Amino acid sequence: MLSFHSSNNENKTKTVTRRMFLLTLAKSVVLLGIFGRLAALQINESQKYKTLSDKNRFREWRTAPPRGIIRDYFDKEIATNRKVYQLHITPENTAGIDNLFLRLKNILNLSDERIFFLKRKIAKQKPWEPIIVSDNLTWSEFSRINLFLHELQGVEPVVSIARQYPDKSTSHLIGYVSQVSPRDLQTKDYIRKMNVAGIAVGKNGLESQLDKEIIGKVGFQRYEVNAYGKRVKQHFIDKGSSGKSFKTTIDLEVQNHASSLMNKVSGSICVMDIYKGDIIAMVSSPTYDPNLFVHGINSKEWNYLLNHRDNPLVNKSISGLYPPGSTLKTLVALSALENDIVSTKKYVECKGFIELFGEKFHCWKKKGHGFMNMRTAIKRSCDVYFYEIVKKLGVDRLSKTTKKFGLGAKVLDGFPEERGGTVPSTKWKLSNLGKNWYLGETLHSGIGQGYYLTTPLQLCLMTAQIANGGYKIKPKVILGDDDLDIKQYLNNENKESKIKDMFNYNLQPLFRNQENINFIKEAMFASTNEPGGTSYRSRLKDKKNIFAGKTGSSQIKIFTEEQRKAEIKQKDIDYLSRDHALYIAFAPYHDPKYAISVIIEHGGSGSKAAAPIAKEVIKKVLERDKIRNSRHNSLGKEI
Amino acid sequence: MFTPRSIQSSFSLSEKIFSIDYILFFSIFLIGVISCFAQYSSSGGELDYYSKSHIVRFFIFFLLFIVISFIQVRFWYQSSYVIYFLFFILLLGVKYFGLVSSGSQRWINLYIINLQPSELMKIGVILFLSKYYHRVSASDVNRLKFLLLPIGTLLFPFFLVVTQPDLGTSILILAGGIVVTWLAGVRLKFFTYLGILLVSLLPIVISFLKPYQKARILTFLNPDRDPLGAGYQIIQSKIAIGSGGLFGKGFLNGSQSYLDFLPEKHTDFIFTLFSEEFGFIGSIIILFLYFLITYRIVSVGHATRSIFGKLYCYSFATAFFIYVSVNMCMVLGLLPIVGAPLPIMSYGGSSMLSIMFGLGVVMSCKIYKDTPVN
Repeated sequence: MLSFHSSNNENKTKTVTRRMFLLTLAKSVVLLGIFGRLAALQINESQKYKTLSDKNRFREWRTAPPRGIIRDYFDKEIATNRKVYQLHITPENTAGIDNLFLRLKNILNLSDERIFFLKRKIAKQKPWEPIIVSDNLTWSEFSRINLFLHELQGVEPVVSIARQYPDKSTSHLIGYVSQVSPRDLQTKDYIRKMNVAGIAVGKNGLESQLDKEIIGKVGFQRYEVNAYGKRVKQHFIDKGSSGKSFKTTIDLEVQNHASSLMNKVSGSICVMDIYKGDIIAMVSSPTYDPNLFVHGINSKEWNYLLNHRDNPLVNKSISGLYPPGSTLKTLVALSALENDIVSTKKYVECKGFIELFGEKFHCWKKKGHGFMNMRTAIKRSCDVYFYEIVKKLGVDRLSKTTKKFGLGAKVLDGFPEERGGTVPSTKWKLSNLGKNWYLGETLHSGIGQGYYLTTPLQLCLMTAQIANGGYKIKPKVILGDDDLDIKQYLNNENKESKIKDMFNYNLQPLFRNQENINFIKEAMFASTNEPGGTSYRSRLKDKKNIFAGKTGSSQIKIFTEEQRKAEIKQKDIDYLSRDHALYIAFAPYHDPKYAISVIIEHGGSGSKAAAPIAKEVIKKVLERDKIRNSRHNSLGKEI
Repeated sequence: MFTPRSIQSSFSLSEKIFSIDYILFFSIFLIGVISCFAQYSSSGGELDYYSKSHIVRFFIFFLLFIVISFIQVRFWYQSSYVIYFLFFILLLGVKYFGLVSSGSQRWINLYIINLQPSELMKIGVILFLSKYYHRVSASDVNRLKFLLLPIGTLLFPFFLVVTQPDLGTSILILAGGIVVTWLAGVRLKFFTYLGILLVSLLPIVISFLKPYQKARILTFLNPDRDPLGAGYQIIQSKIAIGSGGLFGKGFLNGSQSYLDFLPEKHTDFIFTLFSEEFGFIGSIIILFLYFLITYRIVSVGHATRSIFGKLYCYSFATAFFIYVSVNMCMVLGLLPIVGAPLPIMSYGGSSMLSIMFGLGVVMSCKIYKDTPVN
């Protein structure tokens, strides 16, 4: 056992004291260490940790602003916004992305492919960048998420706004919005600067053209959050502002009506105010549902649209190129008159064809029209007559006139998808095809075939500029402030103010002698309203509604002599080889206000396929004329 | 009849009050009051369960501290072994009847209070060994025969606590004991042997460690290893302290703590919270108060005549200092997170009880500084 002797206390005390002294030294070192560390953290590096603390404390969210609304002339909404329920995830804030997806899969029925896609996306981006799991939840899904929210760390249910297009008829003109693509980020600076998840970008049409202004200003929210990512207090909020809204010249009612008329056919309808250039309707058929793109179109639907025979994604009104066919005869005749090639009274005999250097050029009427002057040639669309006069006119003088009236160049601003078409000339051929011009090609040009290619909108503009007496107008879709109506100027009796306004209106006559224009208009009247005219059957009899037009059919394939002899009908040949049916018109004849062009792809003849549709549209447009005018006047008063 | 104060063994109340070490007394009281405010802030600025029970406990245990101070030091000397064994039995009780909470078995239900005997054992070991070395003569201290008992009294509780598992407390128990033996004059070579022994036992200890404890040690070595997992506490604690700056964010304005970024803010990380709200100045004041307490305990030891008193005061002062510095180093990222409360400041009844009890015995040594213990 241990025995305890009474011990030498002094010795012991000495040891204890000496060793305590050593311990005290050691303590001082530790104390200094703690002091130093405190000083380092709280004085030297304090700024760094303050920043880190704020980074802990605050979370910032950028919110996509609502896009501006696009309205028609009567303030009906063409492109609008609606509330959508979305689910965002911030990977950094989750407790584990795999588990989270497992939970969400049960709550939302997420597909495995979607989860795989999202995971890959998360791997590519920064952990604090939110990702949109679903951008269009149903209300029941959204409320289920909210119910389970406390166990879903890093998940954020968001009530957002998405684009909606109530009408399918405007899809080509308005275009659509969709998620930002890597290319958008590359090419569009403003998108990169906005840097907000889930913002929709205009991909084409007006949505793309107006994107910068219509997209709005990004909102910004700063919240104080606790360690679990829950928002505790709002510190700063900038709601951003919704984009600028735009008003268009479109009349949705005419647009929808025209679109419904084109339900079963492929083609385009354009309607224009002949003095202001306001595009009242611009229909391309078949159309598609732009809403499909807003939340991402699936590949099945996309492939359907992409591989459709009639190219529903193409805006045929401005991107479709068609030979103008007989509708060009109006300008051929005008050009001949302006250049004093023929008198209106000159007669030409049509035997069904003419021969040039051994080559036969046929009239559409095999038996021939007999003796034709200019008026009857336009009225009955005699090809031989125009062969004869264009032969004298020459392609270069013709091209000058057609260019003046707006062919061969883009009509609108800001539509990259628009095409300019072709107005051939000897120079054009030499520089583009490297070949010399043949006279035979001039004959083809004289009936709007050969190299001539136009868009439906160009034809509409051409018609409008004939109808308004030969003055240049600038077509537009967006209603602006400089809404000049050259009709006011033309009707102004006061000479003094007329001179004052001259500079303002910048009136550009496209004619040498206005009588020539009037003659063409009268001939178009005959074509529609006199027996024997090509569109006589589609005329409107009501005096106020009488309109004047010109048919056209443009050949896709040149008929062989055998086919001609066999008298093959259009409906007997295969669809894609059939002629395009065209019709141009202006109305009402006695006080022209509107011009229209109709193109039915592979529709056969203009008089049978295009003119009846044009008649229906004109009826609608004239019906709406009064209300449009009163609208116009009230707009004027507002300013 | 006049008896010289040196051999007097009982004093009147006024004499007792007169001979209290007032600097020590008020430093403890001040830390206690500060701790109440810190707990109040830690509860998000309201008197909830935590802050209320901390305040109540502090005042109860402060009274206990006074009561213990007034009891003769001879009583504490005589009952040292008994106290140790009482604590040891409680510790054994934990092993068999203990309450399991968050993966470790540390508490025992004594009907009135849930006690954590391992905390009490920190003082129990110091008391036991102080008495033991008071009795062993200087010449016997380094004899192997006399070393066996201290090793036993240290290692048994150590292993009981390690297997709870509670690495932090077990290390602190061991540290307290080693300090006493060192002060008693045990030669350095024995500590070297002990060190070698411990290192060789390390694999066994590691096998007892729970995965989270291993993770903590690895995390300490590299906090960025797993910033959202085990490294989270250290990183967030450093952010809180650092962002406090020179003057702090102000009382109840510690964003790190009230937004719950700070873990264990009532207990181990209470200094972090205080430091965030009161900055460098506040931290230095706390550090100074703890230093003052340690210094006064040492001077009590210096004034005490008995070897028991000296050993106890010096050892307790050193242990107290170790508790403080381990906790601070931990929250400052200088040591791994081992779970060591900050004396008096941290929430926790057993820790407070054990510290106030220990301080009471120190004060008793002061009052009866000239009285022989046997």
